[in-house]
Amino acid sequence: MGKYVVRRILQMIPVLLGSTFLIYVMVFALGDPTIGRCGERPCPAAYIAKFKADYNLDKPVIVQYVLYMGQVLKGNLGTNFFGNAVSEELAVRWPTTAKLAVIAITFEIVIGIIAGVLAGIRKGKFVDTLVTVSTLFVISIPVFVIGSVLQLLLGIRLGMFPVTATQGTLNQLILPGFVLGSLSVAYVARLTRTNLVENLRADYVRTAKAKGLTRARTVSVHTLRNSLIPVITFIGADFGALLGGAIVTERIFNVNGVGGFLFRSIQQKDGVSVVGTVVCLVLVYLVMNLIVDLLYGVLDPRISHD
Amino acid sequence: MRGKTRAMAAAAFASLALVATACGGGGTAPQTGQSAGSTGGEITIRGCTPKVALIPGNTSETCGGNVIDAMTSKLVHYDPETAAPTNDIAESIETSDNQSFTVKLKKGYKFQDGTEVKAKNFVDAWNYTAYGPNGQAGSYFYAPFEGFGDVQCLDPDCKGKPKVKEMTGLKVVDDYTFTIKTTEPVSNLPVRLGYSAFSPLPDSFFKDPKAFEDKPIGAGPYKLDSKSTTEMVLSKFADYSGAFKPSVDKVTFRIYADTNAAYADVVANNLDFTDQIPPDQLVGEAYKSDLPDRNAVKESGRLTWITFSPNDPQLKDNVALRKAISRAIDRKLIADKIFNGTVVPATGWVSPVVDGYKEGACGDSCTFDAAAAKKAFDAAGGYKGTLTMTYNADGAGNKEYSEAVCNSIKNALGIKCVAQATVDFATFQKKIDDNTMKGIFRSGWQMDYPSIENFLTPIYAKGADSNWSKYNSPTFAKLLTQAAAAKTPDEANSLYQQAEAQLGKDFPTAPLWYPSTVVGWSDNVTDVKVTAFGTLDLVSIKKK
Repeated sequence: MGKYVVRRILQMIPVLLGSTFLIYVMVFALGDPTIGRCGERPCPAAYIAKFKADYNLDKPVIVQYVLYMGQVLKGNLGTNFFGNAVSEELAVRWPTTAKLAVIAITFEIVIGIIAGVLAGIRKGKFVDTLVTVSTLFVISIPVFVIGSVLQLLLGIRLGMFPVTATQGTLNQLILPGFVLGSLSVAYVARLTRTNLVENLRADYVRTAKAKGLTRARTVSVHTLRNSLIPVITFIGADFGALLGGAIVTERIFNVNGVGGFLFRSIQQKDGVSVVGTVVCLVLVYLVMNLIVDLLYGVLDPRISHD
Repeated sequence: MRGKTRAMAAAAFASLALVATACGGGGTAPQTGQSAGSTGGEITIRGCTPKVALIPGNTSETCGGNVIDAMTSKLVHYDPETAAPTNDIAESIETSDNQSFTVKLKKGYKFQDGTEVKAKNFVDAWNYTAYGPNGQAGSYFYAPFEGFGDVQCLDPDCKGKPKVKEMTGLKVVDDYTFTIKTTEPVSNLPVRLGYSAFSPLPDSFFKDPKAFEDKPIGAGPYKLDSKSTTEMVLSKFADYSGAFKPSVDKVTFRIYADTNAAYADVVANNLDFTDQIPPDQLVGEAYKSDLPDRNAVKESGRLTWITFSPNDPQLKDNVALRKAISRAIDRKLIADKIFNGTVVPATGWVSPVVDGYKEGACGDSCTFDAAAAKKAFDAAGGYKGTLTMTYNADGAGNKEYSEAVCNSIKNALGIKCVAQATVDFATFQKKIDDNTMKGIFRSGWQMDYPSIENFLTPIYAKGADSNWSKYNSPTFAKLLTQAAAAKTPDEANSLYQQAEAQLGKDFPTAPLWYPSTVVGWSDNVTDVKVTAFGTLDLVSIKKK
């Protein structure tokens, strides 16, 4: 187990270097970030020269990258084009995004798994049809539509929820969290249902039933645990994605999170912020993947890492 | 219901308490601060993330510019309604030849760090902004000043430092007087001095520019209390001695990444002002039902036009062809259908909000007439191949109107016209700089200062930064020089109008329309005025 973890962590290094290099090249080697910085007219030459010197843009890309990564290894994500430290910008936004992600995941787990289990054990009945149809409905609507409609109905018209979440308090984040989680709720419900239905037909379940276990125990202990493995994989990856920023949701509700920051940085060609954010996101993904893989062993002892 | 009852109980209790204090008055000590009757209250307005640190000379965009404008006083202040300049910090700006100016300052103006605004604060700030190696985005505003060339970098990469750090055209006479000398006459110089790049800077800035970036200081009616990634908070500066005193005590610029979110907050009365209505709300004027009596459309100092690419051999030397193409554009229809009346079809190259504007410089060439356009087009030899209209896809609405313009040309002239997108403004600008732009392309201008000259010199003077059409006319140049040397504003305006008329003859570009600013506000504020620059006038707005 310990060996496995170490091996996985060592694997992260080339992935991290490779992905950041690709991002760095894409951001800085293609396109000139100094163009369009001075409104509808070209920037003064001296301005451009100072700007390029400040960000090492006058050096070859590979040198730029090495200089940049040297900074990153020291824990310094650099200063963005607005003169703010990227690590500070991210430090302000991570908690909000994390809160939002946790709310979304909570909706996913609670509503998704309950709906999936109900549909699974009553396969073909009314509840099953209801869950299948309603999840299809949710999956087929783009998130910006769900977000805007709920914002208009529950926020502006009925006044039940705050319209935007600029300050990022828990109260403000419930509605965006729900919107963010809604799509995944549908996937979780469907995954749970399908796996449960399949496993309920398995031999060991028949054996358990034959031995006289109650239906509740067969479902909850013997079947659900196995059935949750793909669900956990999905939720784990999803949590990584949510932390990476729900760009659309964060924009609709003006949540000051990582997603909105990344979007704005891309839009404004703030390369330092883009690369810094992506470095962090790659790390988050890698760690989440590791956690999910370790969880497999806990859920199903047949899966072993030794 | 329960919430309501509780609120009513609270209100009843509060009024009881008020009555009680009123009855008990006399013995109590005076309240600190202002009494409830005269307090200006707090408002929140839409803000966005500044692109650079808040230094007046380095800010050339509105996100930071709006905050800087609230924080700084300049020599001149522009009237929110008419954009006419009046003296602010300046007691007087005098000249006899439009080339040597003597500026006298009012006494008693204070910076927010407590120091007094003196002549050297202007001279030092201006020299700092103009000095090449400081890399300030607003440095080009000082180009007319004597000695500007000597403080510029010697080479494009700014490797060699300039010989001197100060322009010879600026001299401090005494604490409250300084002089400006320009290389050539500039009759509208006093009008320009209200732009934020001409703000004074306190001595503390030069000691520690980095600290200033964290807490900028100006001499304006508001001071910056705090700035974060979500908001910038300003409060009334107690020692402000200028004439433009605001009513509201505290202004919070709340940062929105998306105009839709800001709009939703204004509709729900959570935000007091937005200067951007989302395009889908403009369709069919939907915003008017969401914001009845809380919206306004204000003409602002902007102009949109198409530039005939100087690299297109067919367009380059054919004035008649350019005029025919312009005449084939149905400006009124596009203004109504695409912009829902938020733009006004242009009749010339100068916005109506500035002094000196004269209607109709473009003449018939800006009036749609398909038959006449076709006739003129054929007479001019026509256009072979496909005409492309290039636009940058990252600007809201560019695609829609570029396609509409192309369609109009196609239908009237019977040629192929294709609207062609570049990914973003940077790519667009690069194509212009690299001389690879073909056909026609969209262009726009937002005035820096309210003067007819600002719509002509930066765009059509030979070699000017924004002269994308590479226009070069000796007659035009001569008129600009004469206008700059004119003795009276009227004389200058008349000469600038003649210069504009020359554009009507040479037709390097075809004016399209004057965009307006559409704004919305909450139920909590009144007296909302929008300036000719399309920004909120913080001096007029009041909390209800």
